[in-house]
Amino acid sequence: MAASAQPPTPGARMRAWEIAVWLGALAMWFIAPRYAPLFNEIAILALFAVSLDLILGYSGIVSLGHAAFFGTGAYVAALFAKHFLPDPLVGLAVAVFVSTLLGLLTSALVLRGSDLTRLMVTLGVALILYELANRFDNITGGADGLQGVVTGPLFGSFAFDLGGRVAYLYSLTVLFVLFLLARRIVDAPFGYGLRAIRDNPRRAAAIGIPVNARLTAVYTLAAAYAGAAGALLAQTTNFASLDALDFHRSADVLLALVLGGSGWLYGGIVGTVAFKLMHDLFSAWTPQYWQFWIGLVLVVLMLIGRDRVAKLLRRVVIRR
Amino acid sequence: MLTILFDGIAYGMLLFMLACGLAVTLGLMNFVNLAHGAFAMAGGYLTAVLTNRLGVPFLASLPLAFLFAAALGAILEPTLYRRLYRRPHLDQVLFSIGLVFMAIAAVDYFFGAQQQFVRLPAFLKSRFEVGGIGIGAYRLFIIAVCGVLTIALQLTLLHTRFGSRLRAAVDDPRVAAGLGIDVNRIFLSTFAVGSGLAGLGGALGAEILGLDPTFPLKFMLYFLLVVAVGGTTTITGPLLASLLLGVADVAGKYYVPKLGAFIIYCVMIAVLMVRPQGLFARIGAR
Repeated sequence: MAASAQPPTPGARMRAWEIAVWLGALAMWFIAPRYAPLFNEIAILALFAVSLDLILGYSGIVSLGHAAFFGTGAYVAALFAKHFLPDPLVGLAVAVFVSTLLGLLTSALVLRGSDLTRLMVTLGVALILYELANRFDNITGGADGLQGVVTGPLFGSFAFDLGGRVAYLYSLTVLFVLFLLARRIVDAPFGYGLRAIRDNPRRAAAIGIPVNARLTAVYTLAAAYAGAAGALLAQTTNFASLDALDFHRSADVLLALVLGGSGWLYGGIVGTVAFKLMHDLFSAWTPQYWQFWIGLVLVVLMLIGRDRVAKLLRRVVIRR
Repeated sequence: MLTILFDGIAYGMLLFMLACGLAVTLGLMNFVNLAHGAFAMAGGYLTAVLTNRLGVPFLASLPLAFLFAAALGAILEPTLYRRLYRRPHLDQVLFSIGLVFMAIAAVDYFFGAQQQFVRLPAFLKSRFEVGGIGIGAYRLFIIAVCGVLTIALQLTLLHTRFGSRLRAAVDDPRVAAGLGIDVNRIFLSTFAVGSGLAGLGGALGAEILGLDPTFPLKFMLYFLLVVAVGGTTTITGPLLASLLLGVADVAGKYYVPKLGAFIIYCVMIAVLMVRPQGLFARIGAR
């Protein structure tokens, strides 16, 4: 892994620009309520990207199948709301619990081997889940998706409206809370341990960092975050489909994170905004072939070097 | 039963043709090329266009598919791939995923999303029985072609000057370069040949594997699997791995169709857990 820069502020206090970012996200709710569904989607994908950043940017685990946890969260939340209890917060908790469990179980698979082994194993896990969701269509609805999901009102009183305004506030709040937690974690000694492992696992082990335990912990944590993102998507759209487990999910979130810069928590958010804007631009322009341009962006970005682009972006956002 | 074995072997030989180029890319330059399937797709589509639209005989279109994919590889290697050899794996993965996306969208743009069919000559369509085994002429043809090419590859690797240079470069590129071997040039030609073989495999496999724009994504894992299980130091490793994979996949889909590719994925994860360096890899190699 290429060494990424240290976080701009080691320490728990928020800087002015960070507060501005979050206030800006909140202000969007008032300024452009018509676009609330889009912002909601951005908040969800940003959470997903932050989740990937925890394992990729901070711990150096290359994953091509992070959608496994996203999809698990989505399906669990949708199934739970459909068959047991429509309350969103309980559903979120259950979805997070299940994907955490899945993360814990599969974390043993990413401890061993090289980058290649890891990316194949993560890809394999996601494909297995995709196959399962596809085959057991009596439970998941198969290729048609899981329909008839109705999410209850938030706290029993705020119903999710069609305009997506409640949904955006809900997703943004969850993102904010989980982001603060992640920020605290990566600034703690635990987070510095992870970065040491990313840069050189053997040296990290030699100075007494329990490498496997740390990697297990962070992989499980990332699975929980991805599950939360998936649950948010299922709850705010009242729908879960195979798309949530698809390879595209994993690839898109990788691209978003790389656009914003990995190894920096705001990278996930900045990258998701950039990715989403780009995506909407391309698909408005060529609805069927937008993938080509996304691919071109990836290729060019890699040829230029993603470190350079990310550094530039960071300078623009922070304005030091 | 034996028919399944036969079909599995044909399928495995095809996978080997498709994936052996990837073994070289990974082994020689340690480059994770997820876009390898795009070269196969290029060969497949060229054959489809040549046979269906221009009326070129199927047999004549096969070498053209090889040449086309090889030329594509020879163009892309020095212009794009070479710049990324020293980068982290993540960069290579993203770069090649980008290429895959571009290939998929481009093929969709020019040929549409529907599946392409390659018109086979009549003598390859027949089926006959030998000792109770149902044998499709086309699958026999695939086994013959791939078998001959595999033997040719093996002989080239073991008994020619180029082969020994290549093996030296795989074992240790820096020392090989120090001995005056032009590693870059060796890699360019091997990359081209590997892409060409993938193109040929794509042309041969259009009938069996199905050819549509998502081809590189659908079979990406299969190619990686062949290399990861077979290792990158020999060509017999990937060969055995692809035969195993082919037979297992055909048998799995025949006996438990409901599980589909599920078994393959589980077996893969199990194998990678037990032997992360591959089933047939030499211990101590990279």
